[in-house]
Amino acid sequence: MASPNLEHLSDDARAGPVSRFLKATEIDSRLLGMIGALVLIWIGFHLYGGIVNGFAAFITPRNLWNLSVQTSSIGIMATGMVLVIVTRHIDLSVGSILGFAAMMMAVTQVNILPEFLGLGHPAIWIIAIAVGLLVGMLVGAFHGWLIAYLGIPAFIVTLGGLLVWRGATFLTTRGETIAPLDSTFALLGGGPYGAVGSTWSWILGVVACVGIVFMLLSGRKQRKRFQFPLRPVWADTFLGVVGCGAVLGFVMLVNSYPWPRGIVRQYAAANNIEVPDGGLFISHGFAIPVLILILVGLAMTFLTTRTRFGRYVFAIGGNPEAAELAGINTRWVTVKIFALMGFLCGLSAVVASARLNSASGNLGTLDELYVIAAAVIGGTSFAGGIGTIYGAILGAVVMQSLQAGMVLIGFDAAVQQIVVGSVLVVAVWVDTIYRKRAQ
Amino acid sequence: MTQQDTQTPLIDLRDISISFGGIKAVDQASVDLFPGEVVALLGHNGAGKSTLIKILSGAYKRDAGDIYVRGEKATIANPRDAKDYGIETIYQTLALADNVDAAANLFLGRELLTRWGTLDDVGMEAEARKVMGRLNPNFQRFKDPVKQLSGGQRQSVAIARAILFNARILIMDEPTAALGPQETAQVGELIKQLKKDGIGIFLISHDIEDVFDLADRVAVMKNGQMVGSAKTGDVTKDEVLGMIILGKCPPGAIPGPGAIQE
Ligand SMILES: Nc1ncnc2c1ncn2[C@@H]1O[C@H](COP(=O)(O)OP(=O)(O)O)[C@@H](O)[C@H]1O
Ligand SMILES: [Mg+2]
Repeated sequence: MASPNLEHLSDDARAGPVSRFLKATEIDSRLLGMIGALVLIWIGFHLYGGIVNGFAAFITPRNLWNLSVQTSSIGIMATGMVLVIVTRHIDLSVGSILGFAAMMMAVTQVNILPEFLGLGHPAIWIIAIAVGLLVGMLVGAFHGWLIAYLGIPAFIVTLGGLLVWRGATFLTTRGETIAPLDSTFALLGGGPYGAVGSTWSWILGVVACVGIVFMLLSGRKQRKRFQFPLRPVWADTFLGVVGCGAVLGFVMLVNSYPWPRGIVRQYAAANNIEVPDGGLFISHGFAIPVLILILVGLAMTFLTTRTRFGRYVFAIGGNPEAAELAGINTRWVTVKIFALMGFLCGLSAVVASARLNSASGNLGTLDELYVIAAAVIGGTSFAGGIGTIYGAILGAVVMQSLQAGMVLIGFDAAVQQIVVGSVLVVAVWVDTIYRKRAQ
Repeated sequence: MTQQDTQTPLIDLRDISISFGGIKAVDQASVDLFPGEVVALLGHNGAGKSTLIKILSGAYKRDAGDIYVRGEKATIANPRDAKDYGIETIYQTLALADNVDAAANLFLGRELLTRWGTLDDVGMEAEARKVMGRLNPNFQRFKDPVKQLSGGQRQSVAIARAILFNARILIMDEPTAALGPQETAQVGELIKQLKKDGIGIFLISHDIEDVFDLADRVAVMKNGQMVGSAKTGDVTKDEVLGMIILGKCPPGAIPGPGAIQE
């Protein structure tokens, strides 16, 4: 134990305090940069609203809660886009797959199933979701097959897919919007009834904190067992405190946004509750789509860091030839990556259509831009082999913050498009510079 | 050697040909390899050495010819097939995934799993430390992506990967090109050790001294063709250089299709 630790120390002694801190905690500087940018964006919109429009509404429980819900759909897809870009591909069709899957689910739950099962049957939403996930996965797998086995570049396959699936979406209902959707299904989009409330939010928060502490401890135990160098105790403590602090802070945030008065009255009337004079404070708590995003984030992190599949994805991205020579079936892995991307588009379609309680031909239009931007802002590199799931989710929060902020301060759609497009290009440019420096 | 000559060869490459866009990179080349034997493949740059061994390792599909492993006709259509026959390769380009660490590269395609089916990173790092300790005791950078390692360290990783899985047949394509003299000597010792364990080795090298020190036989290629092969005891270094440069087969060697006729 003594010698590796000594080596660790001598390495540290040469570096400055900041880099020593980053090295010990294994926090990468990009993550800090992203959080810094996010804080600046939030403060910027808040102040701009306060100074120019006379009301500062960005950093409020209501806005941030809504932001979390709006981020879910893009965030879910961004985690899949990481794998696609890591393997040096691109998927331009995600918005169209989302639209198509949403339309298939809407048709299933509104036009088909009620006829057989009766309106409001409890199995309807489950079958509809299964259909959406399956449709997304099959479309994605088909794209992957064209790319891997027929050798058509992903850029072309998915550019074609962008048009094909959007066209198919419009064709399905001849351009009509399907609404409303199954009432249970609609809960998955968030809203007062589509959130888990304050008690459950606290329970989930505490469970998450226990999980964080458990992971830090078991990581130490594992490394100790094999006598590998350990992170300093203070660094692990710091990570634990910051991690748990962030989780509990998030819980407090979502719990401080109450149901609107109208909903409270409706709810009280339905449950025979007396509403006191000052009104009733009922917290939203975590919205269901946000919980879905968090689950997806955890599952995808597990997949990328703890499984063979994830290892292969990164190895292929780092050196496709080496991966092939190592005996990895790179084509099959590519098919799986695009199938997974399609599956996540299907899941995202659940959230997006449930939130609007409808499916229209336009649902998901331009999402590919936000999703790709989220992944790139989150540190996924077009050079291949590099990217993280948490980065992409943070990137999605950044993109959605920009979008929501611009709506809040009253920029019109044209300006929003200009900003989003520019941010995407600048993000890739910054990444290019960053990678050059890092070498 | 005389005793080994009577055994069936570990590897027998017969009349292997491959061309790239009309250029015959390997043309009717035959060479064999016995257990515990080191056969050096020699020839100028572009002679077709790497291409020939890449056919054996499953990286390229041959146009014609047969591969026999332990006397039986083998189907090698991809790198996985070759590994199933116990053929491990150190490629000239090293073929490392630059963005992951040494342990991940060592086990790439053959990861150790925990009983939950997840990657056993700690177990793999432990194995990596063991095998790297044998090759390059100073190596400590187990957490860094191999992109950040020096040329010699990267080469050590590639060598370690090849010997980690109990290869029966080892292909080493210029394994010491990026190594210093001390590490080169270590690889020489390693080759002698592996030889004792009965492993057959194809060694591609430009260092004629090393070749005469380590190899039992030499096989010389020129323009994709086999000039000839010889036991290192039956030819001199100058004669071997003559084979490489002029394609002239000395009396101690068995001529191949590429030898110039006099
Ligand atoms: N993938 C390939 N595509 C086209 N030509 C190739 C390829 N690989 C090798 N060659 C050609 O085959 C010939 C033999 O190359 P190589 O086997 O690398 O030689 P050596 O290893 O003996 O230096 C060269 O002319 C080279 O240009
Ligand atoms: Mg070569």
